[in-house]
Amino acid sequence: MAESECEVLLQVRDLVTAFDTDDGQVKAVDGVGFDVCKGRTLGIVGESGCGKSVTAMSIMRLLPQPMGKILAGEVLFNGMNLATIESGKMRRIRGNRISMIFQEPMTALNPVHRIGKQICEVLTEHNDLDPDDAWQKSIDILGQVGIPSPEIRVTEYPHQLSGGMRQRVVIAIALACGPELVIADEPTTALDVTIQAQILQLINDLQRDLGMSVILITHDLGVIAETCDEVCVMYAGRIVERASAKEVFANPRHAYTQGLLNSIPRLGGAPKTELNTIEGMVPALKDLKPGCRFAPRSGRKHTEAELMDRLPIKEIAPDHWVEDCPQCTKP
Amino acid sequence: MHEAMNQEQPILAVDDLRMHFPVKGGVIRRAVAACKAVDGVSFSIAPGETLGLAGESGCGKSTLGKTISRLYQPTGGSIHFQGTNLAGLSRGELKPFRREIQMIFQDPYESLNPRQTVANIVEEPFIIHKMGTREERRKWVGELLDQVGLPSVAAQRYPFEFSGGQRQRIGIARALALKPKLLICDEPVSALDVSIQSQVLNLLMELQRDRGLSYLFISHDLAVVKHISDRIAVMYLGRIVELAPAEEIYSNPVHPYTKALISAIPVPDPTHVPDRVILEGDVPSPIDPPAGCRFAPRSGLHHNPENLEITPQFKEISPRHWVEDCPACIQVETAV
Repeated sequence: MAESECEVLLQVRDLVTAFDTDDGQVKAVDGVGFDVCKGRTLGIVGESGCGKSVTAMSIMRLLPQPMGKILAGEVLFNGMNLATIESGKMRRIRGNRISMIFQEPMTALNPVHRIGKQICEVLTEHNDLDPDDAWQKSIDILGQVGIPSPEIRVTEYPHQLSGGMRQRVVIAIALACGPELVIADEPTTALDVTIQAQILQLINDLQRDLGMSVILITHDLGVIAETCDEVCVMYAGRIVERASAKEVFANPRHAYTQGLLNSIPRLGGAPKTELNTIEGMVPALKDLKPGCRFAPRSGRKHTEAELMDRLPIKEIAPDHWVEDCPQCTKP
Repeated sequence: MHEAMNQEQPILAVDDLRMHFPVKGGVIRRAVAACKAVDGVSFSIAPGETLGLAGESGCGKSTLGKTISRLYQPTGGSIHFQGTNLAGLSRGELKPFRREIQMIFQDPYESLNPRQTVANIVEEPFIIHKMGTREERRKWVGELLDQVGLPSVAAQRYPFEFSGGQRQRIGIARALALKPKLLICDEPVSALDVSIQSQVLNLLMELQRDRGLSYLFISHDLAVVKHISDRIAVMYLGRIVELAPAEEIYSNPVHPYTKALISAIPVPDPTHVPDRVILEGDVPSPIDPPAGCRFAPRSGLHHNPENLEITPQFKEISPRHWVEDCPACIQVETAV
């Protein structure tokens, strides 16, 4: 997993995304950086409100307007900075070269249009296809994502499909134009485990066959372990730890990552024993300090400087980066 | 049919419980079919025991919980709570039992009245059951909040001022107010983040130790169920397909659905190579399901016509390990 093997497709550098609220401007993402390699899967894991989805929305330039804006940083995709690119150009990339799989397949699909029409929409937007070819291609794509009798399903409406089938349609739309990068934001959270297993398998197979890169956003460490090559652990708008999946699970260095890994009940674990917990809860975005944000929950005393000064993210082992708080980082 | 040889008198014994909902259709909204959400379920819970109930959405686990607490009038079968059959009781007759069986709901955002203070929410059960004076009730509320780990200032606040985990604690305080013996926890941690989930699970286990509570713990997350339960029942399309001690069901699952469900759980360890049974298709509709093995269409195993017509027996295949004995699902499995 050395850096040299990695052909970088997307580079995110010091991304800062803020929202205007009644309490003033709050930074939902505050200085996030990572690379996505060609053909690999990067996982972003963290609890609700940590900024995982906002990071995805920033890359896609789908932030709610006019409240959300990218204040600083770069999102480099094949040399283009998506953070500043004009919206017309972004439209030609979005859904075409970078596409997205959303969490809730019922709300991601338009209930009043046939499934075929929704796939054709992406195809004709980005390609010079006549309607019959686009329709035929929609059927092919539905078959590719494992929908039985696609020639019948293509004429149906979203409500006629089950949750798992709808998510397959959402994936079909995301893959329609053969994107180089797919951002999957909690793609299986709304699904049952047996259906989740089907969908994760599908994403894995498609990635292998099509050679695309994937950013997988989830709160489920099990899903991360199973699908990702690299992992970013986010907390309160920052990445606190970034390394290969094997390294993060075998050798977590930040107190938050350790806490997260220790607090999940495991199938093989001793039953009815007390679980480890992380005390307290995620701080509100408007109360964040520049320094170590995990300090109040870490149970360790932090100095004023550690709380108030921005901490560097440091490579403490090859390709293993940790936010360098002297209290929260295990040397 | 329940484990009759249990050492103690069970606190709850459910036998052949059925909850069917009419499906109305046509111009005059006649019942044209029945949605058999719970269709012949039997089990028992001992005092101080946690029975985990696992299954996918739509399998009837929440309906089962609500039927036991008599929020629904069951279609058939019996619910014996400490020897009394709740299934046939009227509203008035049920009232004393309402104190003994309480529920904790999934969504702490929707199950608390947003216009009431926490003190009012937790006090309401006492008022309904005409217990104590105003001062006594306020004192009890303070004690309850303390027991679930909330500060006393919480009493005067409103639900929106709390995070998801704290709201779930408020829901637990309300459920504990009348000193129930059985708590039905319907997905109590599903809406919570992992770090908060473990706090709430610890609280539930601690309260059980202190008060000798029995739990029916409903969740789709088998890892959570496995952690908190003494025994686990796996439900599929209105029926329990397997029921066994937690360790046993995990290390030695017999029914193919249980196996698939356990294998589908992503393991938080990248070095783990999943040996996964991927089930085809989705959970079928519970409207007029076949009488026989309901798992047949997804099992990938050949079922004879009689397997689909004859209701399989719920059979004890080893001590305390019960399984729905569909010959096609089980025989093939044991032969392998």
